[in-house]
Amino acid sequence: MGNLQVVYEVPKIYTGPNHYCPGCFHGIIHRVIAEILQEEGWDDISIGIAPVGCAVLAYDYIDIDWFEAPHGRACANATGIKWAWPDRLVFTYQGDGDAASIGFAETSYAAIRGVNITTIMVNNAVYGMTGGQMAPTTLVGMKTTTSPYGRDPKYAGYPLKMAEHIAQFEGTALSVRVSAFDPQHVLDMKKWIRKAFQYQMEGKGYTFIEVVSTCPTNWRMDPVKAAEFVKNEMIKVYPLGVYKDVGDEKKEG
Amino acid sequence: MGEKVFMKGNEALGEAAVRSGCRLFFGYPITPASELAEYMAYRLPQVGGVFIQAESEVAASNMIYGAGAAGKYAMTASSSPGISLMQEAISYMAGAEVPAVIINLIRGGPGLGDIQPAQSDYFQAVKGGGHGDYRNLVYAPSTLQEAVDIMPLLFQNAFKYRMLAMMVVDGLVGQMMEAVEFKYDIDPDSIPVPDWALSGKKMHGGTKNVNTSLELDPNKLAAHNFKLFEKYQKVYENERMFEAFELEESDIDVMIVAYGTAARIIKTAVKNLRAKGYKVGLFRPITLWPFPDKELKEYAQKTEHVLTVEMSMGQLIEDVKLSIFDPNKKYHLMPYPGGIVPTPKEVEDKVIEILKGGAK
Repeated sequence: MGNLQVVYEVPKIYTGPNHYCPGCFHGIIHRVIAEILQEEGWDDISIGIAPVGCAVLAYDYIDIDWFEAPHGRACANATGIKWAWPDRLVFTYQGDGDAASIGFAETSYAAIRGVNITTIMVNNAVYGMTGGQMAPTTLVGMKTTTSPYGRDPKYAGYPLKMAEHIAQFEGTALSVRVSAFDPQHVLDMKKWIRKAFQYQMEGKGYTFIEVVSTCPTNWRMDPVKAAEFVKNEMIKVYPLGVYKDVGDEKKEG
Repeated sequence: MGEKVFMKGNEALGEAAVRSGCRLFFGYPITPASELAEYMAYRLPQVGGVFIQAESEVAASNMIYGAGAAGKYAMTASSSPGISLMQEAISYMAGAEVPAVIINLIRGGPGLGDIQPAQSDYFQAVKGGGHGDYRNLVYAPSTLQEAVDIMPLLFQNAFKYRMLAMMVVDGLVGQMMEAVEFKYDIDPDSIPVPDWALSGKKMHGGTKNVNTSLELDPNKLAAHNFKLFEKYQKVYENERMFEAFELEESDIDVMIVAYGTAARIIKTAVKNLRAKGYKVGLFRPITLWPFPDKELKEYAQKTEHVLTVEMSMGQLIEDVKLSIFDPNKKYHLMPYPGGIVPTPKEVEDKVIEILKGGAK
């Protein structure tokens, strides 16, 4: 039994334990970001922007410099930080209410302006922290505390598809929708977040990763059911895929 | 450097910021402040700086919030309605102790109001404006030259105390052309990056920096607020600025209190009244916060009548009364709301009326 090998370690810069609910994807996404930053040696030059919402304490869980943003303003704050230090890796970590509702203008303009930052938007179709209210991403018919009869398009319109929206802008280098409901998708998510960070370090423009995620607590589901709901219901409305990838066509250095 | 140049106020304010070492400007157009953004868009690329036109004042103020947290001199400028939109970031910057400079070229309000010179954002600048317990450094120069002269102090004190420094001038200062002299030119590379700056761990010894205005534990948040107020107390003790004009005698008939353009106009009135034999002087706060209350109280001992002239509806006079704190004085107010500028003649007539006993 002298042949034990380390095949996996939690990255050193991932500092838990975290406060997330069982079955929430935040912990997985945090860990994947920490892995990438550590593997690439970027943790020394990274500045993360934490959001308002469940991930407000993200700065406690990854050992890099962090800025805690006002609700929705992460991309504006990141723009200021990036122009202060253009060669640093700057990313925002936001929920759907944060990035797509109150911060819709700031997020969109980061893409329009082609700011060389990365946004990781975790879409779980509700405002989690405040108790499960309707978000711009809430599915039609989905019951939330502010849509107790189900989201009615007559009053609330239709789900907002951010990866598609961000893909339309010339300043966007990468816009991808991923998920994390099984190991294969976690690996896929890691590949695309790494690519987003790489594009940023190459100066290619704005990079956007939408992660279709869960909220077991506010969805009133157990962790397995919540992951199944993502797999069976959420990605019907939010298809996974690459909506824009400039690849090697746009190198600005 | 050193020679006088003839410049529009807003452009001179921009040049002053550049010469103070500022290389980052985030702005959004609004009358009467737009020329400042225009000048920075033209000037900053010449010196290796960056001008970004934001999508809103909300975004512009959050960009300077980010850049300040990253340890760099950053500035935005706007006028009253735009400054209202910045109150979110201003409150957060106070909580997170992020330094930056904001210039408010005040126009008449409330609402869209007009685009004429005003001082009606006094309360907003001095008493808060955003949510929570906090203070900002607020400078109110009375001439373009004075505004240019104190610009480096705004950046330096913002960083010294880790708080927002705001310059409030009425729109007239920005729009008027005047001869102005720049007596400094600070190399931004000579400004040290603070050890609290968000710049990547490798820049500060491998230990992460976190910049946040969040503290969920009420006892810790209370402690943070007490710490902030100790800082504000230090600022109060060190940074009060004022000018006493024609207040040398031991007894003064009427002491006028005014700041900014109103004070500049009143100096003419004081000279005219003096020529007629009236012992009139002007007390001019240069910092609106910290307010030079001790000094004002001291000068008020010389007189029975205190006349506050402000381009607003009785905002400055509240601090005048609080500072003097003497019910036996006679307080008089000349309010000029809505973008109306006082004339020396009006002020002279008012002083004479007060001394005839006809005014309250």
